[in-house]
Amino acid sequence: MDSSSLFGILIASLLINNILLIRFIALCSFFGVSNQMETSIGMGMAVIFVMMMASAVSWLIYYFLLVPFDLVYLRTASFILTIAALVQLEEMYLKKYVPTLYRAMGIYLPLITTNCAVLAVAFLNIDYNYNFLQSMVYTFGVSAGYTLAIILFAGIRERVALAPVPKALQGYPIAFFTASLMSLAFLGFKGLFGL
Amino acid sequence: MSLKNDFLSGIIKENPVLVLMIGLCPALAVSSTAVNGFGMGIAASFVLICSNIVIATVRKYVPDQIRIPIFIIIISTFVTITDYVMQAYNPALYKQLGVFVPLIVVNCIILGRAEAFAYKNGVLSSTLDGFGMGIGFALVITVIGAIRELIGNGTIFGKAVFNPEFQPALIMILPPGGFITIGILMAFLHYFQNKAKEK
Repeated sequence: MDSSSLFGILIASLLINNILLIRFIALCSFFGVSNQMETSIGMGMAVIFVMMMASAVSWLIYYFLLVPFDLVYLRTASFILTIAALVQLEEMYLKKYVPTLYRAMGIYLPLITTNCAVLAVAFLNIDYNYNFLQSMVYTFGVSAGYTLAIILFAGIRERVALAPVPKALQGYPIAFFTASLMSLAFLGFKGLFGL
Repeated sequence: MSLKNDFLSGIIKENPVLVLMIGLCPALAVSSTAVNGFGMGIAASFVLICSNIVIATVRKYVPDQIRIPIFIIIISTFVTITDYVMQAYNPALYKQLGVFVPLIVVNCIILGRAEAFAYKNGVLSSTLDGFGMGIGFALVITVIGAIRELIGNGTIFGKAVFNPEFQPALIMILPPGGFITIGILMAFLHYFQNKAKEK
């Protein structure tokens, strides 16, 4: 199958190159908020929402502002500021107009500014030379993959918390071991559809 | 004495990766070989030291409310410099590190130190803090890289160490190996800390 087809991009970003388990991006939030199922779901939803908006805006900025004016070297600075401003705006908008949604994911929004996945996807869209539609599909795949991995991980960690774990392994070490096994499982998707 | 503390605390007691649990993404992602880990460590340290110096210098003129955007602009300036210098002088390493070079800008270590240390302390202590944290980060990431490269590929810094019959465990240079290596390092640290507490 052609890896540049939309479906190929979606599967590749969702499973084969899962952003958390295979590409190692956004691990701070992966270990930080995955203690409970509820917070993981909230974080996952917030990431899908912010990432779609941020990718769209940064793609437009890159191709309609930075490239025509030959300012490509400002890429890093302009993307990070755009994302920070966008998150602020979204937070204010949700607070005023969609209070239910705000209550569900409000506290996660500020955390997302420093979530490297959002910035990483903005860069990767440019690096892979995706057109607008492709980059949107890719972004959706990545953020859905993030949500999938963090929810699965939270489910396992809730069980591990009740298990008798050796003293030195309690807390983060056992979480890393769990992540390692999950990552091994996700490696199994490699070769799916011959991508 | 306190200057010495500023320098040393970052290396062991407040090691960014193993103790503070920040800066994990690059520590895992680019540590498949010792050379990559070392390159990333140097790049991040450079940004950290320079941004610490600049922020400590201008901190008196920065209004409290907008300090974060100002920090981000200062940091992203140095990240862009690193990005272009590495692209020009070491394209092979740049290709290996990929998107993680621009991602130094959201590395929590750098913004964290800017906020927690450089904004409150003088230029000299901030410089030393930058060096300490930078060395601590580079050290951990190089060690992780060396362990993974040794077991996964049978080499260290690209040189073979075992005799040719050695069968490398490929899993260690793949993503799961990164997670498990850092898990084991942390478990050792916990073990020794628990022992020290018991005494």
